[in-house]
Amino acid sequence: MASAPPDHRTVRRWNQRTLAPWLFLTPGLFMFAVYVLWPIVESITLSFYDWNGLYNQDGEFTGTFVGMGNYAELMTDPAFETSLWNNLKWLVLYMAALPIGLFIAIFLNQTVTGIRLYKSLFFFPFVISQVVVGLIFAWFYAPNFGLFYLLTEAVMGQGTAILADPDLVTYGIIVAGLWPQIAYVMILYLTGLNNVAPDQIEAARLDGAKGWRMLWYVVLPQLRPATFIAVIVTVIGALRSFDLVSIMTTGGPFGSSRVLSYYMFEMALGEFGFRMGYGAAIAVVLFAIMMIFISGFIWKMWRDEKER
Amino acid sequence: MFPRPIQQSSPGVQWLYTLALPVALLIWLFPLLGVALTSLRPASDLAQGNYFGMPSGIAWENYIYIFTETPIGQYMVNSLWVTIPTVIGAVGLSLMTGFALAVYGFRGNILVFFMFVAGNFVPFQILMVPVRDMTLNLGMYDTWYGLALFHIAFQTGFCTLFMRNFIKALPYELIEAARVEGVAEWRIFWFIVLPLMRPAIAALSVLVFTFIWNDFFWATVLTQGVDSQPITAGLSSLNGQWIAQWHLVSAGSILAALPPVLMFFLMQKHFIAGLTLGAVK
Repeated sequence: MASAPPDHRTVRRWNQRTLAPWLFLTPGLFMFAVYVLWPIVESITLSFYDWNGLYNQDGEFTGTFVGMGNYAELMTDPAFETSLWNNLKWLVLYMAALPIGLFIAIFLNQTVTGIRLYKSLFFFPFVISQVVVGLIFAWFYAPNFGLFYLLTEAVMGQGTAILADPDLVTYGIIVAGLWPQIAYVMILYLTGLNNVAPDQIEAARLDGAKGWRMLWYVVLPQLRPATFIAVIVTVIGALRSFDLVSIMTTGGPFGSSRVLSYYMFEMALGEFGFRMGYGAAIAVVLFAIMMIFISGFIWKMWRDEKER
Repeated sequence: MFPRPIQQSSPGVQWLYTLALPVALLIWLFPLLGVALTSLRPASDLAQGNYFGMPSGIAWENYIYIFTETPIGQYMVNSLWVTIPTVIGAVGLSLMTGFALAVYGFRGNILVFFMFVAGNFVPFQILMVPVRDMTLNLGMYDTWYGLALFHIAFQTGFCTLFMRNFIKALPYELIEAARVEGVAEWRIFWFIVLPLMRPAIAALSVLVFTFIWNDFFWATVLTQGVDSQPITAGLSSLNGQWIAQWHLVSAGSILAALPPVLMFFLMQKHFIAGLTLGAVK
C-alpha cells in the first residue's frame, strides 16, 4: 500500500527542486546578462574596431576592424600615460583611508553620552553624493577666498590654487575623495571593533600588553575581515574616481588630472568626438587592472566557502 | 573592549576627551559646514568679499531662487522616478536569486554566485558604450526607465550577494520541515523565507536608494535634458551656469545631499548593517 503514491510524489518533488532554482534565477540572471555580462564582451570586441558610434541608413554597424590598432595607439598616447600614472597615485594614496579610518574608529569607540550621534555625524561624508563632495571641495580650494587658499596664504605668504596647478591638482582631488572613503572605512572598523573578543583583550592586558603592541598583535588580527573589506572598497573607490574629476576639473588643467575612467568617457562621448573603439580599449585596460583585484576577492571568497 | 574605556582613565583625560570630540567633529565636517553657511548667505555678502565673517542676514531667498528660477525641483522629482523603481526592482529580483543560490545545491551554483559578485566590481566604463548604444536602440535614451533598468540590473549583483548570505544564515531546518510537509517550493519562498527577510529588505532598500540617488556617471551617460536628468547631473549642469555664484551652488548642493542624509538618519541601523556586511565573521 505504501509504495506507489509516495514514489510518484518523490519524483515530482525532485523535478520541482531541480527546476525551482532556475525559475527563481531567470529574471535576475537575464537582466544581469543583458546589462552587465554581454556589454563586457561587446566592449572587448569593440576595442578592436574604429567606430564613431553611428549606424548607416540600413541600421548597419559602420565600424572598421583595426586589430590591435587602438592598443598600439594607447602605447604612444601621452594622455593615456598621464591617466595611468594618476590612477596609480589614486590607488596608492587612497590606501591612507585605512589607517586614518582605523584611527578615527578607535577614537570614537567609547561609550560616553551622545557618542552614537558623533559616529553618525562622522559618517556623514559617505552618505552624500560625490558630486556634492566635489563641489564642496571646489569651494574649499577656490582661489582668492577658498579656505585652503587662505590657509596656504597665511602659512606660506602666497596662496595656492591647487586645482589650477598641474602638479598638485590630482592630490587635491584625491584628498576630496579620501574624505568620504575614510568615513566608510571608519564605519567598517567600528563594527569590527565592536566584535573584538573582550576576553582576549583582557587576557592580553593582564599580560601587560597595551597601546601599539596591543593594537598590532591582538586587535588587528581580529579586525582582519574588516580590513579585507576595507581594502576592496578602497581599491574600487580609487579606480572609480570619475565623479570627482568630472566635477572638480574636467580633467584639467591641460589634462593633468585625467584618470582612466574619465579619459575613457572623454574619448567616447566627450568634446573630442565619438571614438567608441578607442574608448573601449581604455575601458578594457581599466577592466584588466580591476580584474587583478576581483580575482583576489573571488579567490578569498572561494576559500571561505569551502571552509564552511 | 579596545581601546580601554575612557571611564577608567583619570578625570583629566575624560575631560580632555569630551572636549576633543566636538572639536574633531568640527574639523571633520568643516567643508560641509562652510557650504551650509554659504547657502544661507546673501549674494551681496559674497560680492563684498564677506565670505567668512558675520552674514548680514539669513538668505532663505537663495533656496527660493533655485526652486523658482531653476529646474532643481524637477531634477529631484526625476531622481525619485529613477531611484524608487530601482529599489523595488533590484530588491525584488535579488530576493529570488538570493533564495535560489542559498537554498538549492544545483550544479553551477557557486559559479553563478561568483559571477554576480564579480559583476559588482566591474568598472562602469567597460559597460558604457554597449549599454548606451542598446538604450538608444531601444528608444529608452533620456528616459527614467532606461536609466532605472540599467540600475536594477547592476544593483542586482550586490543585492544578490547580500540576500544569499542572509538566507544562508537562516535556520535551514525551517525549509527542510516545510518540504517534509510537502509545501511547494514557491510557497516556501513566499510564506516561510520572505517574512524573515524584512531586515535584509530594509537594509538593501536604504543602501540602494543612496547609491542610485548619488549616481552621477550613468545619469550623464543615459540622460540629457531637464525632463529626465536626475539631481546629480542636473546640479552639475547648473554649476556650469552659476559660475562663481557660490551661494546658489551651495544651496543646490545642500538640497541634493538632503534626501540620502535623511534616509540615513531615519534608517541608520539598517544602513550600517548593510554596509558592514562581511566586516565581521
